[in-house]
Amino acid sequence: MTISSNSQPLISLRGVRKSFGAFEVLRGIDMDIRKGEVVAIIGPSGSGKSTILRTINGLTPINEGTINVGEIKVSDPKLDQVKLRHRVGMVFQQYNLFPHKTVLENVAMAPIQVLKQPRRQVEERARKLLADMRLPDKANSYPGELSGGQQQRVAIARALCMEPEVILFDEVTAALDPEMVKEVLAAVRKVAEDGMTCILVTHEMGFAREAADHIYFTDKGVIVEHAPPAEFFTRASDPRTKEFLSKVL
Amino acid sequence: MITDIQTFFRELAASGINLTIFYDAFDFDRFVTGLGNTLLLILASAIFSIVIGAAGAAILTLSKGPAAAVVRGYVALFRNTPLLVQMYFFYFAVGSIMPVGQNDIGLPQPLIGSFTWAVISLSLYSGAFNVETFRAGVGAVHSSYEEAALALGYNRRQAFFSVIVPLALRFSFASLANNLVDLTKATTVAYAVGVAELLYVSNQIWSDSLNTIEMMNVMLVIYLILTGAVVFIINRVEAAMRLPGFGLGDGQ
Amino acid sequence: MNSTNLLAQILEWMPFVLQGFALNILMSLLAIVIGTMIGTFLGLGQLSPGWIVGTPSKLATQLFRNAPWLVLLFYCIFLMPYQINVGGAVIQLPSWLRATIGFSFPVAANFSEIVRGAVKSVPRGQWEAAEALGYSRRSTLFRIILPQCITRMIPPWMNLYALLLTATPLSMIVGVEEALGRTQAAVQAQSDSRVLIPMYLALLAMFFLYTWPINRLSLMLERRFRTK
Repeated sequence: MTISSNSQPLISLRGVRKSFGAFEVLRGIDMDIRKGEVVAIIGPSGSGKSTILRTINGLTPINEGTINVGEIKVSDPKLDQVKLRHRVGMVFQQYNLFPHKTVLENVAMAPIQVLKQPRRQVEERARKLLADMRLPDKANSYPGELSGGQQQRVAIARALCMEPEVILFDEVTAALDPEMVKEVLAAVRKVAEDGMTCILVTHEMGFAREAADHIYFTDKGVIVEHAPPAEFFTRASDPRTKEFLSKVL
Repeated sequence: MITDIQTFFRELAASGINLTIFYDAFDFDRFVTGLGNTLLLILASAIFSIVIGAAGAAILTLSKGPAAAVVRGYVALFRNTPLLVQMYFFYFAVGSIMPVGQNDIGLPQPLIGSFTWAVISLSLYSGAFNVETFRAGVGAVHSSYEEAALALGYNRRQAFFSVIVPLALRFSFASLANNLVDLTKATTVAYAVGVAELLYVSNQIWSDSLNTIEMMNVMLVIYLILTGAVVFIINRVEAAMRLPGFGLGDGQ
Repeated sequence: MNSTNLLAQILEWMPFVLQGFALNILMSLLAIVIGTMIGTFLGLGQLSPGWIVGTPSKLATQLFRNAPWLVLLFYCIFLMPYQINVGGAVIQLPSWLRATIGFSFPVAANFSEIVRGAVKSVPRGQWEAAEALGYSRRSTLFRIILPQCITRMIPPWMNLYALLLTATPLSMIVGVEEALGRTQAAVQAQSDSRVLIPMYLALLAMFFLYTWPINRLSLMLERRFRTK
C-alpha cells in the first residue's frame, strides 16, 4: 500500500486526555491516520490502547484535546452521533453480537434502523458480506449457535455493512481459542487488503508486523514511539519498547 | 352424567363431606361466578401491572430527572405499605370524592365500582414490584450490548428498545413469575372491599351451607392450581423465548 | 369546621390508631420468630437427600408459599380452637393470637426457601472439598456451608419481615382490632367524610415509616455482602 504522506489525515488526535476518576488513562495522545492506512496499537495491558479506540468513535468522551474524523469534530457537544458512527465501525473483543437476532439481522439491522436504508438492498449486501466472511450458510442461525471465531467474523461483517470509512478492531482475537485466531486474522487481513482504513489494538505481534503500515506503542497513557513495522521491530529506540518487545516476541 | 356426579356428591354429603357446589345449582353458580371474577382480577391486574412495571423501568433507565424520582417514590410507597390499606384508601377515601352516577332505577351509584378499585389497587401494588423486576432485568444485561448498539449509530433510546429490552425481558421471567404468583394470591384481598371473588363466594357458601372445612379445602386447592398455572404459563413463555447460547447468569 | 379543627380532630384519634399499630408490630414480631424457627427446619429438611424428610418439607414449603395469606388466616381463625388445654391449664387463644399463628405459616415457607436458596448458592466445590477432607454431610452443612451463607440470608429475611408486617392488617378482616380496624372504627365514629383521606394517609404513613427503613437497610446489607 502506498500512502502519500502529504495527504490530509482521515483521523487525527491532538493532545487527547482522559481520566476515570483520579486515574489518568490517556495523558496527551497525538495520532494521524490516513485513508487506507492500517495502524496497529500495541502495548502492555492497561496502557490505554482500548480507550484510544473508544474515544475515536465517541464511546468514551474525552476530557481534553481534539479528535477529528474527516470534517467531524468528535468532541463537539453537538456531535451528530449517527454520522460519526456511520463513518467509524467497531469490532469488539467479546463480539457483542445481539443474541436475540439472527446472524443476518445482526448484520443488517443497523443500516435499516439507523441509516434508514431499504431493507432489500441492505440484506443483499449483508448476504454478500457473510459470503466474504465465509459464513454464507449461517445467515439464519443465532449467534449462540456459532463458534467464537464465526461470531467474530459476523461482527466484522456487521461493522462492514454500515459501509464505514474506518473500522476499529479492539483486541478482536483476545477472547478466542488459538485455533480460531487464524480465521479471524485472515478476515481482518481481507478487510485491510480491500482498502479499508483499519485501527487495530492487538497482542498478535506477528500479525501487526505483517499487516500494519504503522505501529504505535503506548505505555501508561502516552505514545512512547511509532514507526513502520520493519523499523519498529528491529530498531526500537525507547527502553520501554525494548522491554515490552523482549517479553512478547 | 351430570346427575351421576350430583348423586355422588349428595351421597358424599350424607357421609359428612358436604360439597354443595357439586350438587346444588345455586352454590355451583355462585362458585363459578367467584372463580370467574378471580380469573378476571388476575388477568386485568397482571396486564396493567406489567405495563406499569415496564414503563417504570424504562423511565428509571432512560431518565435521570424528576420522572425517575416520581417512579422511585411510587415504588417505595407501594412496596412499603400494606396492600389492604392501599385498597381501603382507594375504595373508601379516594372513592368518597369520586363522582357518583345513577343506576338503572335512578339510585346513586359510584362510577368506579369495587371491582375496578380492586384492579387499580392490585395493579399499582404489583406494578411497583414489577418495576423492580424489570429494572433488575435491565441491570443484568451486560453494558457491552448497549455499547455495540451505540457503536452502530443507535442512540440510547433506540439501543434500549431494540437491544436491552428484549434481553432484559429474558432475565426477568423468574422474578416476574414470582410477582404474578404473589398477585394471584393477593387477589383474595379484594374480598375486603366486597368483590365477589373466590374467597368471598366461598365464605358466602360456607355461611349458608355450613361446610366451612370443605369449602376452605376446595378454595385452597383452586389457589394452588391457579398459582401453579401462572408458573407453568410463564415457564412456557420463557422456554419459547429462550435464545441459543444466551445463558442466564453471565449476561454475555 | 375549619381545617385546624379537622387536624385537631384527626390527631385526637391518633393514639387510638397507634395502639392498634402496636398490635400489628406485636403480631409481626411473634410471627417472624415462630416462622423463622419452623422455616429453618423446613429449609434444612428440603436439603435432606432422603425422601422421608425431604419430600414432606418440600411439599409443606410449596403449600404454604403458594396459598394466599388470607386463606391461611381464615383456616387459623375458623378451624383453631378458642382455647387449648395443656395439662389441665386452659390457654385462651384470642383471635389476634390465632391470626399470628396464621401468619407464621407463610413466613415459615418463605424462610424455608431463603435457607434452601442460600445453601444452594454455595459453590458445589465447597461440598466436594469438605468431603475430600473427610467431613460428613451433616458436619459439612453445619461447619462449612451454613457459616458461609448465613449473612446472605439476612437481607431476604428482613424483606420477609417487612412483607409480614404489611400483611398484618389482613387480620382486621377476621376481626382483630389492629391499626386498620381502628382507623375504620375512628372514621365511622367521626362520621365526617373529610377525614377519610387524611386518616388513611396517616395509617399508610405509619406503615411506611416502620417498613421503609427496614427495606433500605436490607438493600444496603445486600450490596455490602455482594461486594465481599
